[in-house]
Amino acid sequence: MQQIVSELLRIEGATKIFHMKPMLGAAHEVVALNNISLSIRPGKALAVVGESGSGKSTLGRAVARLFQLSSGSISFKGRDIAGMRSRADKLDYLRSVQMVFQDPFSALNPAHTIRHHLERPLMLHRKLRGTDLGKAVEEVCADVELDPKVTLEKYPHELSGGQRQRVNLARALAVGAELIIADEPTSMLDVSIRRSVLDLMRRMKETRSITFLYITHDIATAQFIADDIAIMYAGQVVEWGPPNLVISNPQHPYTKLLLSAVPDPKVKLDGTGARSFASEAQAVRALARKVVNTIEEVQPGHFVRRIEA
Amino acid sequence: MTDKLLDVRGLKVDFLTAHGLFTAVKGVDFSIGRGEVLGLAGESGSGKSTIALALMRLHRPPAIISEGSITLDGEDVLAMSPERLRKWRWSSVSMVFQSAMNSLNPVLTIFEQFRDVIVRHTGVSTAEARARASELLALIGIPQSRLDDYPHQLSGGMRQRVVLAIALALEPKLIIMDEPTTALDVVVQREILQEIVELKRKFGFSILFITHDLALMGQFADRIAIMLEGKLVEVAPSAELIANPQHDYTRRLWSSMPLLTRD
Repeated sequence: MQQIVSELLRIEGATKIFHMKPMLGAAHEVVALNNISLSIRPGKALAVVGESGSGKSTLGRAVARLFQLSSGSISFKGRDIAGMRSRADKLDYLRSVQMVFQDPFSALNPAHTIRHHLERPLMLHRKLRGTDLGKAVEEVCADVELDPKVTLEKYPHELSGGQRQRVNLARALAVGAELIIADEPTSMLDVSIRRSVLDLMRRMKETRSITFLYITHDIATAQFIADDIAIMYAGQVVEWGPPNLVISNPQHPYTKLLLSAVPDPKVKLDGTGARSFASEAQAVRALARKVVNTIEEVQPGHFVRRIEA
Repeated sequence: MTDKLLDVRGLKVDFLTAHGLFTAVKGVDFSIGRGEVLGLAGESGSGKSTIALALMRLHRPPAIISEGSITLDGEDVLAMSPERLRKWRWSSVSMVFQSAMNSLNPVLTIFEQFRDVIVRHTGVSTAEARARASELLALIGIPQSRLDDYPHQLSGGMRQRVVLAIALALEPKLIIMDEPTTALDVVVQREILQEIVELKRKFGFSILFITHDLALMGQFADRIAIMLEGKLVEVAPSAELIANPQHDYTRRLWSSMPLLTRD
């Protein structure tokens, strides 16, 4: 029986507890993910927005199968990824789900040319050789708007950050990725090229139906690229839904705080209320840290963890 | 403008490289008034940090200031003797860098870092320095019980606040801030900027604020200077530069940033 799957990725009650046993001091537990349920439809982008330490990268790593969940499940095309036992299944998943990291330099091997970086995935996953391989390399290079003639023989240090990030995206394309987990892919790039990399990701999504899990601390870029956003704080998704609903009608105190802190060039800071902003931020953080299980649907598709006042 | 604090004329900074001279800063003119915040924006490699270092004469070979003049409060910075320079740094001009983790010494407590600056410059006793340090911590909203903590025991935002407090310690006339909040998330960034504005009102220092975040610049700076490949291409009051950017590059910088659109 073929089950119709409308979601490419489904995260169900994902919880991850890290048991910390430091050399000095007492062992303790860190709840990095707390009962997270999210899903992404094929060809769409879900942005996970949160500050450092909120657990957003841990979520990306869990989806990339870099570790096992403490409880809950992640399923890809309707299959639980923890249940993939055979080598073929695992390889297929690792091919379909690719990661692009924040630092475009450390993600590339400085001792090899760009051609090498693009050839390896094509040889390993698509078993291409000879002229087919050469052609495929040039194709993926052109797909990310890099000139194959100029770029392929260069080394990573000869490229700008934006070009390097394009090579990383090309690598994901080369193996035929269906889901790309992009963990802060633009935060280390210069502002003037950030937009072009986001544009490229958006085009990859629109013309090739590539699905994105976009992890960021910048809600403006999330709004730019995503079809759904999820705001994370202290291991919980506190509010989620279509970007415009969440941004125009924020419900959770943390979402409101986050939105109020996004710089608006039209509003000049005058220094009044510095203390009150700081103490409000403190109060909201304490509130948002509580584990809450009451979920309310504000508008169709727009959900919030409702904290009782 | 009669009340100029800092005046920079025709500043040129060259780097001696294996391939000859590379001019990173190609003759820039700007000034900062008393109590004014001048924003300096541009992408990496445009020379904004080189300007910041040159202003404090902290540039190191192979960088050399080949032309131009820097005058702060009537005093020629380029003519200062090393002895005068040592006194002048921190007491007249101080600097806050991007990464607070790297500007604090990990093996010294917060108090020891305050003490180094205060005692070296003013010659007061350790007890007096301690009193001054707790006063400064109170200003930025950190309990004085944290004085004997090490940097790793503080959060990123707290560390950046401590660096700011040390920069304030000798009540300088100018504070150079090179991407002071880039490594922090937006909520903490706002908290710190609000504090800086409040402290500025209290003490009346001027700020050279370097960042690549134009939206943030618009909120914080009185005037903005846009830098491209070693030159200032546009300098204008913030509101004007936002509403009506004149230079192509300024317009391109604006359009390259997705801004949050609310409702």
